Amino acid sequence: MSASAIFVLDLKGKVLICRNYKGDVDMAEIDHFIPLLMQQEEEGMICPVITRGTVHFMWIKHSNLYLVATTNKNSNASLVYSFLYKLVEVFTEYFKELEEESIQDNFVVVYELLDELMDFGFPQTTDSKILQEYITQEGTKLEVAKTKVPTTVTNAVSWRSEGIKYKKNEVFIDVIESINVLVNANGSVMSSDIVGSIKLKTMLSGMPELRLGLNDRVLFSLTGRDKGKTVMMEDVKFHQCVRLSRFDSDRTISFIPPDGESELMSYRINTHVKPLIWIESVIEKFSHSRVEIMVKAKGQFKKQSVANNVEIRVPVPSDADSPKFKTSTGSAKYVPEKDLVLWTIKSFPGGKEFLMRAHFGLPSVEKDELEGKPPITVKFEIPYFTVSGIQVRYMKIIEKSGYQALPWVRYITQSGDYQLRTNA
Amino acid sequence: MQEWANQLCENRQFGSKMTDSKYFTTTKKGEIFELKAELNSDKKEKKKEAVKKVIASMTVGKDVSALFPDVVNCMQTDNLELKKLVYLYLMNYAKSQPDMAIMAVNTFVKDCEDPNPLIRALAVRTMGCIRVDKITEYLCEPLRKCLKDEDPYVRKTAAVCVAKLHDINAQLVEDQGFLDTLKDLISDSNPMVVANAVAALSEIAESHPNSNLLDLNPQTINKLLTALNECTEWGQIFILDCLANYTPRDDRESQSICERVTPRLSHANSAVVLSAVKVLMKFMEMLPKDLDYYGTLLKKLAPPLVTLLSAEPELQYVALRNINLIVQRRPEIMKHEMKVFFVKYNDPIYVKLEKLDIMIRLASQANIAQVLAELKEYATEVDVDFVRKAVRAIGRCAIKVEQSAERCVSTLLDLIQTKVNYVVQEAIVVIKDIFRKYPNKYESVIATLCENLDSLDEPEARAAMIWIVGEYAERIDNADELLESFLEGFHDESTQVQLQLLTAIVKLFLKKPTETQELVQQVLSLATQDSDNPDLRDRGYIYWRLLSTDPVAAKEVVLAEKPLISEETDLIEPTLLEELICHIGTLASVYHKPPSAFVEGSRGVQHKRLPCSAGSGESVDSPETSSTAGVSDAPPAVIPSQGDLLGDLLNLDLTPTTTGPPPPAVSTGMQLGAMDLLGGGLDSLPPVPLRTDTPQSPQIPNQSPSPTDYSTSELGGDLGGNPAIGAGFGAAPAAMPASFGAPGSGGLDDLFDLGSGVGMPMGAYSPPKSVWLQAMKAKGLEISGTFARRAGVIQMEMTLTNKAMSVMTDFAIQFNRNSFGLSPAGPLQVLTPLSPNQSIEVALPLNTSGPVMKMDPLNNLQVAVKNNIDVFYFSCQYPISMLFVEDGKMERQIFLATWKDIPNENESQFQIKDCHLSSDAVSNKLQGSNIFTIAKRTVDGQDMLYLSVKLTNGIWVLAELRIQAGNPNYTISLKCRAPEVSQCVFQSYEAVLKN
Repeated sequence: MSASAIFVLDLKGKVLICRNYKGDVDMAEIDHFIPLLMQQEEEGMICPVITRGTVHFMWIKHSNLYLVATTNKNSNASLVYSFLYKLVEVFTEYFKELEEESIQDNFVVVYELLDELMDFGFPQTTDSKILQEYITQEGTKLEVAKTKVPTTVTNAVSWRSEGIKYKKNEVFIDVIESINVLVNANGSVMSSDIVGSIKLKTMLSGMPELRLGLNDRVLFSLTGRDKGKTVMMEDVKFHQCVRLSRFDSDRTISFIPPDGESELMSYRINTHVKPLIWIESVIEKFSHSRVEIMVKAKGQFKKQSVANNVEIRVPVPSDADSPKFKTSTGSAKYVPEKDLVLWTIKSFPGGKEFLMRAHFGLPSVEKDELEGKPPITVKFEIPYFTVSGIQVRYMKIIEKSGYQALPWVRYITQSGDYQLRTNA
Repeated sequence: MQEWANQLCENRQFGSKMTDSKYFTTTKKGEIFELKAELNSDKKEKKKEAVKKVIASMTVGKDVSALFPDVVNCMQTDNLELKKLVYLYLMNYAKSQPDMAIMAVNTFVKDCEDPNPLIRALAVRTMGCIRVDKITEYLCEPLRKCLKDEDPYVRKTAAVCVAKLHDINAQLVEDQGFLDTLKDLISDSNPMVVANAVAALSEIAESHPNSNLLDLNPQTINKLLTALNECTEWGQIFILDCLANYTPRDDRESQSICERVTPRLSHANSAVVLSAVKVLMKFMEMLPKDLDYYGTLLKKLAPPLVTLLSAEPELQYVALRNINLIVQRRPEIMKHEMKVFFVKYNDPIYVKLEKLDIMIRLASQANIAQVLAELKEYATEVDVDFVRKAVRAIGRCAIKVEQSAERCVSTLLDLIQTKVNYVVQEAIVVIKDIFRKYPNKYESVIATLCENLDSLDEPEARAAMIWIVGEYAERIDNADELLESFLEGFHDESTQVQLQLLTAIVKLFLKKPTETQELVQQVLSLATQDSDNPDLRDRGYIYWRLLSTDPVAAKEVVLAEKPLISEETDLIEPTLLEELICHIGTLASVYHKPPSAFVEGSRGVQHKRLPCSAGSGESVDSPETSSTAGVSDAPPAVIPSQGDLLGDLLNLDLTPTTTGPPPPAVSTGMQLGAMDLLGGGLDSLPPVPLRTDTPQSPQIPNQSPSPTDYSTSELGGDLGGNPAIGAGFGAAPAAMPASFGAPGSGGLDDLFDLGSGVGMPMGAYSPPKSVWLQAMKAKGLEISGTFARRAGVIQMEMTLTNKAMSVMTDFAIQFNRNSFGLSPAGPLQVLTPLSPNQSIEVALPLNTSGPVMKMDPLNNLQVAVKNNIDVFYFSCQYPISMLFVEDGKMERQIFLATWKDIPNENESQFQIKDCHLSSDAVSNKLQGSNIFTIAKRTVDGQDMLYLSVKLTNGIWVLAELRIQAGNPNYTISLKCRAPEVSQCVFQSYEAVLKN
């Protein structure tokens, strides 16, 4: 059904740790993985699935590691990749960083986790908060009280343990919207969308029942209320804890939250948004002598708002040299290892327009190989504001002990995948 | 809580200076010895440290199996961490030390009764992983207890353990009744237990397709749907994947399951979403299209599919491969979503290529301008493979969206101007396809193409260019010079280019005979005398013979109008597509191959099929329901690739004793349904449209299957399409070089046989033998054969020839499931071994009681033949007249009533040309093949024969044959409740009358 065995390899293909779940694939097959991958890389045709005979390798890469699952069946590939990413998540929460060293430093726990996360190729409990309750590194003495399985593991509520206590009951809600934009070289917006995410930091005692109210257009039209601005969410994805059938029937977002930090939901909005920071660029390349770059950035958002930590990355040819810059605000610097100019503006008020000019020399002998045409990318953050206009209208918190809890809401809009093609 | 977690992490940080890595440092000498001492130490802490060192050594691949007894001794401990380590060690080494592993059994059994559920579960989980036969005996009792444990954590672990044990010893699991216990767990109160039980059962069912384990019924389905709301994300996937195997009884049940599954589309885990999509895509088949809910569901599918494209790249890749399938099955779902497939600069190459593929599939008149602008952008990128595919995509757009063709051509010309070598070559290859789609429209660009002749170094591009020059030789002034320039290095060219060059020069000669005689002679002698390639030689001889015997016929053949290439050339064959839709999210959907093609030991595993659309079961007479495809009204012809056929055949259960048909390996309700429908007489075939242009002979596609195949299929197509040539050839068969009989072109064999094999005896028409299996593809075994109906018995008559160097023995034969359930009535009787160069005639009686699966074409039969050397697969087509039974004469009254009763939509009309028989002779001839004349009328000098035929599965086909005196062309109208068979039946009429 899914994986026969899971391997963690270093970049050279040495097995750091592995676990054989089903025993139907020879564990030595993994020796062929790196050579096959290298071959694919050479041919420029890498693919997340590699086949050798009847064995299939499904792999992902994380920092200096490969995580590989083998199988000889018609496995559920999406499950395997989801699981491999879940492994990364769990290991990262356990060891802070997942890399070669942390695997070696913690191999006993890694083995324990591998044993608990998957059984005979079936993923089991993968919630790291719950796992941390019974798989600990201080696996010292076996006290009956401590090491019994948290009932959470098999409960319908498998993400929250009972008996959590806080002196002050609070929930912090972050609404974060990322703007993805793809702009053509001639300045027309090819595609744009908003990916929103609502993150919780829950500090609530007991088993609280929460209900989140948003200005969701579908909800409002269902209930017949139509006051104020509503937002049309194209697609919504929820954390395990949200009752999906309830949402499906009456758009109510009701749940028992996981403790601490979690992503409650994400949504996608298709409405065409004006790119918040608009870039016009002229890149003139005079072969064998120089490149001249002119970039104009304009804040296309409300005057009261300010974009922070704006970074505009402009690609330059890899053989460019002797950079010269002139900016109307912020600072520009050349990052030769990435072949780009990085223009940073700490604070960029709405409605303003700034200019950057750069000049590079080019060698008189031209390089043979063709270079790609990387786009200009932009990073920014605008606090206290969501592009879509989404709002948290209420967060109801009910717990049987009847405590009063406060929800805090914060809004932020940031750049996502923000690309503007150039005509250079 | 948060603080606690932080603190925990800090502790770890702090502790990192003295982490586990210290265990990896090696002591130089006598390591094993030292460890042994430490393992036997009295101090618990030291023991634990020692076990950790052992595990560390194991991890880096050192053999520490020598310490087995010492490690096992540490097993009895109250330290959970230590226990887990020892268990881990056992899992790794027990197999190599089975006798010693027994030592551990007692502790295992004891641990299975530990008061702590964590330990009970750990013990049963580990025992299941120790794949030692002797241990499994001891596992039964603890497992039985754990399956009924009060703690759900233990039960869910025990459920998986049943699957483990089944994998080691299936019989034991069955004998012990564990399967029933497992089935009971589906009703467990704990959702996680249910999910694991479902997973375990599915796993077992997958490896034992006949076990009928998952007899899903509405009650169990309801339980699964309830558990779906409560279990973990992984459990949801197990349940959804299991649900996908169920076939609802009717559209109402189908809808209610869909309604309960759709909320899963909002799950954050991409794998849950894809598994839900699989269930919905499958069950949607059963919903009537006019239902409001059907439309609602369609709309609900697009947003989650689009969101998958913001997942991690590997998951995006899986999603894209699946969207590719979904778009082919239900184009309406994604038709407005073009923009999300635009390629981003930082996408990995595998994502880029897949996006490109989907962009082309979604291209339409509405969005073509945008698509072309994007493609042009991509074509100037640097990644060679991506650029090539982008250029090819432009060509495909031109062929797909006629209105855009001109724009595409000019874009391609722009790209040729870039002079980037691989861009130019790719552009020429696609322009050739555009010429084939729109002949005589864009030839003005030929001059530009010719300028780039010198830069072409890839065979495909060279062949394309040569094809263009040959095809338009009359408009290219220096065509002869151009082709001659290629001829210089003829023998260094690839076969593709050689074949094309040969054909192009012959075309040129036929168009401009005076100036090019020398050239054509040169190429013919190069091809026939100096080449070792049989394909090339054969083609050369044919041209030679044609040109020398009948230049007029040659012109008709070689310069015949070519069939237009179809719009979509790379669609997945419909039955395969249906199967792949049932496998959404799995490797099969990523590879676009059926699981049987890449999973070993999957023989006998049933191919999954989509359920029939609603209503097709009831309204048998309505051709609308039975012929409407899910995708479009007129699906383009898709020739299944060789790989797919093989995939099907690999499933054959090839045992040497083939005394009867393979047992119908039916495991799920879904497949049962499909078989019933077929058994009931093809009336309710699954809604897969028949190809209207079914080739008459298996090897000769009337239509070139794909533009890139033109070089090999064109010749065959031309020849087969023109019967006049056959006659011309038949006059001098003896003069043909011996190599003609050689494998390479079945079309040719047919041609020659038409001329020589006239003297068929009276009785049922049987086509001449043709080569089914070529010796070069079957390690020396050549099989040619035909079908005949003799005295009411269908026979497969074969000539087996041993062209290998060694003796062949142990012949056996098996058929894949087919449209009419044909299967061998007895074993293949080859009593004496077949020596080299020997041939033997075999007649294999067939019956029609085998398992049924609709084939495309309907009369296709996939056969596997085994001998002592290997198993070989081929497919052949039988004349449907073999299936006309002796009691096929219908009563006159019934005939009249039936004729009226069958709706007119089911009537198909055909022409039989060049037939010079009187109506009585016709009647006699047909009767010999069990086509019975019910009545004859003469109106205005036109004879009308009313005929009836009954197939082995009870389908009646009625016919009206009109013969006008003095007109060699007859008109025939066929009426049948299962109009799918009409085409085949007509072919049989024609074959019988003309022989």
